[in-house]
Amino acid sequence: MSTNLADPQRLATPPTFQKVSTSRQIKNGLATALVWGAFLIAIIPLVWVLYTVIQRGFPVILDGDWWQKSMSGLLARQQGGGAYHAIYGTLVQGLVCAVISVPIGIMIAIYLVEYGGRSKLAKSTTFMVDILTGVPSIVAALFVYTVWITTFGLGRSALAVSLALVLLMVPVIVRTTEEMLKIVPDELREASYALGIPKWKTIVKIVIPTALSGILTGIMLALARVMGETAPVLVLAAYAPFINYNLFDGPMASLPLMMVNERNNPTQAGFERIWGAAITLVVLITLFNLLATVISRALAPKTK
Amino acid sequence: MAKRLDIKDLNLFYGKFHAVENVSLAVPPKNVTAFIGPSGCGKSTVLRSLNRMHEVAPGARVEGKVLLDGEDIYTSTVDPVEVRRTIGMVFQRPNPFPTMSIRDNVVAGLRLAGLKDKKKLDEVAERSLRGANLWNEVKDRLDKPGGGLSGGQQQRLCIARAIAVQPDVLLMDEPCSALDPISTLAIEDLITELKKEYTIVIVTHNMQQAARVSDQTAFFNLLGVGQPGQLIEVDDTEKIFSNPGQKATEDYISGRFG
Repeated sequence: MSTNLADPQRLATPPTFQKVSTSRQIKNGLATALVWGAFLIAIIPLVWVLYTVIQRGFPVILDGDWWQKSMSGLLARQQGGGAYHAIYGTLVQGLVCAVISVPIGIMIAIYLVEYGGRSKLAKSTTFMVDILTGVPSIVAALFVYTVWITTFGLGRSALAVSLALVLLMVPVIVRTTEEMLKIVPDELREASYALGIPKWKTIVKIVIPTALSGILTGIMLALARVMGETAPVLVLAAYAPFINYNLFDGPMASLPLMMVNERNNPTQAGFERIWGAAITLVVLITLFNLLATVISRALAPKTK
Repeated sequence: MAKRLDIKDLNLFYGKFHAVENVSLAVPPKNVTAFIGPSGCGKSTVLRSLNRMHEVAPGARVEGKVLLDGEDIYTSTVDPVEVRRTIGMVFQRPNPFPTMSIRDNVVAGLRLAGLKDKKKLDEVAERSLRGANLWNEVKDRLDKPGGGLSGGQQQRLCIARAIAVQPDVLLMDEPCSALDPISTLAIEDLITELKKEYTIVIVTHNMQQAARVSDQTAFFNLLGVGQPGQLIEVDDTEKIFSNPGQKATEDYISGRFG
């Protein structure tokens, strides 16, 4: 091939790079508009909800009493009182649920990834977890009601709520933990085996620490989700306007339950409490998510 | 330290697939044995069967004997965990534990086996890193994560980790294939030094490397696709590369193959 610049044939060929054709420009513009449109449609309700909640709820939670007092002894139309009883209820129900769900969920995931392989038991476990993921919270609540209250004759309590939440939280934890364990490269497991480290110790000391930041993020997100569940608290715990520390007996408030309860209160006080409880729940869940981010950053494998 | 390995009538399977057929081979102590051969001929599979890593793969099966100083590592009473503690392994791609510091990576084997004495662990870490020619490069940042080192340094870290548990035999599965020539040279020098204390078996695709570092070379080949890999011949490295006994070996090392 000749590379002579004066070659007339070479000069006659069109340049390699040409202007983008009009049809491509139109398609590009259309696609860009669609993507931006979808983004805006998604973001508008989000911003709207946040704005409403903050605008109506923020003044309520600025009052120090909100975080320290219950609704005990207040008439419906009376101003004042606080959500301490409901915050306590939400946190303790979520925490008890997490204490039960986390070990169960993590152990199921370890079985599925490290031991189950393609066995029948592993396959059917995955199938069950999939089904459980799709169970609506009201069904979980009614199931616990049937077993706990109708069959065993035990009373409605915060513990019953936690048990229903466990049914909702376990599949989420299994799923996220499973995914996190799967992305731990097999090379690390082999490196550990080759050092004469037994399988269980490899899992506990090498595989789980490597996946820990992702597992914790999953737990926190699952926790945030169950804390906002309303059906189980409606079915399994009666509302109490006072503080009930007893997990095993008696009515106990929680933030969703407080909102439902105050919906029946047509006064200005009730209106404020609904939005106060709403923003409190949003703040709590945001804090959990922030905590998850901080912890997972701190635990993530580093290279520097 | 530094025991001999005798492989007798070894047949290796992945499920129904017969991967390697009738391998018999002696690996003398304080000696470097190189496994060479085309891809898929089963040399890595044989290597992995020498410390019972082959059976980690689902469906993998072993027939025949592997004797470590006369003791069969495949007897039913032998714990594979013990075998792997005695016969160490370095992998193709450097794989330091990402959650651990450089020091913790080196002493991982001992620490997870229950050794807690910090002074002892620090001693082992220094000795092993010196043994892997890495000490001078990392001594000021032992608490930094192992993942921050260069590829060649990471591989030497993995070698340090493998020799920290003081194995009798060291297996290396293409330890330089992911490294640049300078890092490769560093590892090859290291192998020559480690030979004084360890029995070494190395799988390599690089025939110059086999010629440079090994004392004896085993050539593996496969007769056709789907056929099991076979050991064609094993002899002193010098002889294999100058005057091999088999035509197939000569074809392979002179590049007339594939």
